[in-house]
Amino acid sequence: MEEDFKVIDNYLMIRMPDEIDHHQSVYISKNADKYIMDEKVGNVVFDFERTTFMDSSGIGIIVGRYKKIACFGGKVYAINTDSRIRRVLMLSGLHNVVEIM
Amino acid sequence: MVCKMIEIVNWKQGTEIKNEMQLEFRAISDNEAFARTAVAAFVAQLNPTLEEISDIKTAVSEAVTNSIIHGYEGENSEENRVWVHCFIKGDVLEVEIRDNGVGIGDIDRAMEPLFTTKPELERSGMGFSFMEAFMDDLEVLSEPGQGTTVHMVKKLGTMPWIADADEARIF
Repeated sequence: MEEDFKVIDNYLMIRMPDEIDHHQSVYISKNADKYIMDEKVGNVVFDFERTTFMDSSGIGIIVGRYKKIACFGGKVYAINTDSRIRRVLMLSGLHNVVEIM
Repeated sequence: MVCKMIEIVNWKQGTEIKNEMQLEFRAISDNEAFARTAVAAFVAQLNPTLEEISDIKTAVSEAVTNSIIHGYEGENSEENRVWVHCFIKGDVLEVEIRDNGVGIGDIDRAMEPLFTTKPELERSGMGFSFMEAFMDDLEVLSEPGQGTTVHMVKKLGTMPWIADADEARIF
């Protein structure tokens, strides 16, 4: 799972697992925060290429990271989102704070 | 008159329980994936679309997660169990998710979007909103100290088959 986190310049890239639920979310959040603090990255990119399922726990992960970096002017991106993931993001109003691609 | 008869027969078929299944498992987060996958597999006999399966899985996942982290407050104990009961009536799926946990004092408040009692766990407060959005009907029965039952209904086959435009994903 370590290789799912990668720092490129000022961006933390996170390759999300195939299923994102409460069981997975604690590990992702904890690890992401470690990188944000240790490597002092400003922006976070969530890559949903592999993801086939996400419930509201995924929203918690994204909002939690957004709160950590937004006060320093950082941005959050969600890339490779399919229609299902986009629906969940839209329903939570996250498209207002997250760049969805 | 003949028309009327057919209508009555159809209506009866619609309300009769065609199939039923029940799951009981320990309230630990490892079982969230199991519960939603089992319900999705059970629904397969109704020929749901991928979209419908995804909706059902999300709603089940939300309800089971709520039972585990709110109902039993994340406490791992052998007595803490979650029950999932599914019925198929015609082309309608009914799912009931029940726990014996702490229950909910103010159900209306709990169902408000973005309301959560566990912000420290990064809960988004969107659980009930997702259940409402992804299913056709949602009913929550709870009393403090009496556990919680979430009853959800979804009629299948209301959406056309969607050509999956996502196959060609845009970066």
